[in-house]
Amino acid sequence: MNGYVYYPGCSLKGSSRAYEESILPVFKEIGMPLQELEDWNCCGATAYFSVDDTMAAAVCGRNLALAEKAGKDIIAPCAGCYLTLKKSNIFLAGSQPKAAKILKDLKSVGCEYQGKVAVKHPLQVLSEDVGLPKIKELVRRPLKGLKVACYYGCQLVRPYTDFDDPDYPTKLDRLLEAVGAESVNYSAKTRCCGGSLTGTIEEVGLRLNYILLKEAKRKGADAIVTICPLCQFNLEITQDKAGRKYKDDVAMPILYFSQLLGLAMGIAKEDLGFSRSIVSLKPVWKKLKNGGTL
Amino acid sequence: MEIHKKVKYEEELDSGFVDEIKEMSRCEEIDECIQCGTCSSSCPMAVYMDYTPRKIIAMIKSGFKDEALRSFTIWLCPSCYTCQVRCPSKIKITDVMYALKRKAIEEKVYPSRFAIPVLDRQMSRLIAKYGRNSEMWLILNLYLKSRNPFGLFKMAPLGLKLMKTGRMSLKKESIKDRKQLGALLKAIKEDTR
Ligand code: SF4
Ligand code: SF4
Repeated sequence: MNGYVYYPGCSLKGSSRAYEESILPVFKEIGMPLQELEDWNCCGATAYFSVDDTMAAAVCGRNLALAEKAGKDIIAPCAGCYLTLKKSNIFLAGSQPKAAKILKDLKSVGCEYQGKVAVKHPLQVLSEDVGLPKIKELVRRPLKGLKVACYYGCQLVRPYTDFDDPDYPTKLDRLLEAVGAESVNYSAKTRCCGGSLTGTIEEVGLRLNYILLKEAKRKGADAIVTICPLCQFNLEITQDKAGRKYKDDVAMPILYFSQLLGLAMGIAKEDLGFSRSIVSLKPVWKKLKNGGTL
Repeated sequence: MEIHKKVKYEEELDSGFVDEIKEMSRCEEIDECIQCGTCSSSCPMAVYMDYTPRKIIAMIKSGFKDEALRSFTIWLCPSCYTCQVRCPSKIKITDVMYALKRKAIEEKVYPSRFAIPVLDRQMSRLIAKYGRNSEMWLILNLYLKSRNPFGLFKMAPLGLKLMKTGRMSLKKESIKDRKQLGALLKAIKEDTR
């Protein structure tokens, strides 16, 4: 396909607006402005696959068909959407009789899908299509002195991803280093944040996120950098309670990788969604001031 | 002294269960489990589960259908795929967990007030109807259906912070072409019946 359409998914239009507000300007700056997929529907996340996997694959199929009609591949910044769309894409291209049925039904409602669309995460597009040399060229304010823990979570690197290692991925680390930050050796980088468990069984959610926050602190990170809205949300909303419960200060800024990229590329701080953070970002600003970035 | 047996004899087990799950999960390799425990030791949820992933696989193989379907394990699994990419026998454990969830819902043996299956079902309904998920409505529904309205009060301070930063809205999201989505889901329903 020729170029990309942007698939926001529900989170980037709601609780994770800051992700949309930073990823769009970054792609614009690179010279690849992104159009939103017209009338996209929710990918169904893990929920729909737990209830009815045929329906789940069908609703994803509608999105894929819409992108094919537009003649574009999909960029999905939410790691959950990315995995779900990718999983359905692989399933629909397979030889299962169920897949053939879904394709037939899609066609019957005017959503014919021939399997031509590729589903990608912006991290992949930035690392592979754009490339680090080009990104380095665009840096106006290197993030000198900032130590980040690069957190990939689970859905981006497992199990279908073909662009990084499922246990110890490094693409995000290299990207942030390219814009001047220092990436710490974050051994919890693909450990699960619990997903929606934070909302359903708080006790489990708190502990899982505490482990992630503590490891980042131990490695001396100033912030955790995420590529997934749910990870960002969980790490942010649990830190206060987890800190009190386990009597340990784990307060820490949780940023989207696109926010830091944008900052390094010289996009105004006010235009990257930083004000939507519910934890203090002071440690980051302090470091960046000392390093001469701000 | 009375004798209690701690195992089930063959006739008490469901020997067809493994094939059912193989088909639903599209994972033929279940029989090849060597009980190495790689899955359980990799699983971030194992400490909270009633049966570890390794046990669940063994239970499926031996036909402990009821125990597997009624377990909390399957609902505690947030599909992080760690076990799946590490299993030396290439068993798609995460997909097996998904299949067990669907089977448990189909047979109505899931814990109906336990928040996780409630959330999954509510969200699926929202999507089928509107094509989009409205986070706020989902949360409200979750607390009402799992009969835990007090949970909402506990969430209020966080809710306020999210409102303030513009991250939560009461708007009901919807796609434009709901008709098309409805027709699609109807066709699928008729086709797979
Ligand atoms: S990792 Fe695979 S082979 Fe080992 S116990 Fe788990 S399912 Fe069985
Ligand atoms: S996918 Fe589920 S069972 Fe497997 S490691 Fe993750 S939480 Fe455990």
